[in-house]
Amino acid sequence: MKDGSIQIESRTERLIAVREFVSAAARSFGFNDEDVSKIALAVDEACTNIIKHAYQFDPKKTIKVAVAAEKRAFQVVIRDSGNQFNPARLHSPDMKEYLSHYRRGGLGVYLMKSLMDKVEFDIAPGKLNEVRLTKYLP
Amino acid sequence: MSDFKIASREQENVNVLALKGYLDAHTAPKLEEAFQNLIASQHFKIVVNCKDLSYISSAGLGVFMAFIEDVRQNMGDIKLTNMSPKVYNVFDLLGFPLLYEIFKEENEAINRFFDKPK
Repeated sequence: MKDGSIQIESRTERLIAVREFVSAAARSFGFNDEDVSKIALAVDEACTNIIKHAYQFDPKKTIKVAVAAEKRAFQVVIRDSGNQFNPARLHSPDMKEYLSHYRRGGLGVYLMKSLMDKVEFDIAPGKLNEVRLTKYLP
Repeated sequence: MSDFKIASREQENVNVLALKGYLDAHTAPKLEEAFQNLIASQHFKIVVNCKDLSYISSAGLGVFMAFIEDVRQNMGDIKLTNMSPKVYNVFDLLGFPLLYEIFKEENEAINRFFDKPK
């Protein structure tokens, strides 16, 4: 698999392009269909969070998604320069409590952590925010 | 080009929404609108057929969460059917099968609305 990247405008209609880009890279790295789907969903969630929260639907902003491989590790790095990110959102909800209150939203980070082996955040609001999602080949 | 479609029909006073394609943050408002229309017209018995649903993200799951309380308060329900294993896995990961009845076939879900209370 070759390392590579895609840059998109901060618009939800571009999510499909991100999923296709990441899926193709994950498949060529050797993941099966199930894992490819998990990785694509995790990256979708990260980008959706940025579009909604960091950029607040400003379509002039951009998101960069880069894939890199090292030994058995497949890493996706997602960068934005939004300044609205609230790190408090990084806490995963207690799902039992969540469901019992019919809440909505805030599930993205929980999903990312469930789907990937490692999720890391480097947050510098207004400068550069980075989410790193890593999954290892089985 | 639209990557998400909803076919809506009524059968025995139950409204069936058949979903097709990709349900993400871009297409979730379409589903939200479909639920809003049903609720505005006092239709609370809803079956969502996911046979042709290829993908769901948390934005799509959030739509189900947004309406379930309202629907149940009006003696209705949102029941889900015909999920592919891939879509079911996402629901399962979040514990949604605890909150929603999920059936293999659409008819089972429709009939469930007419079960006599025990």
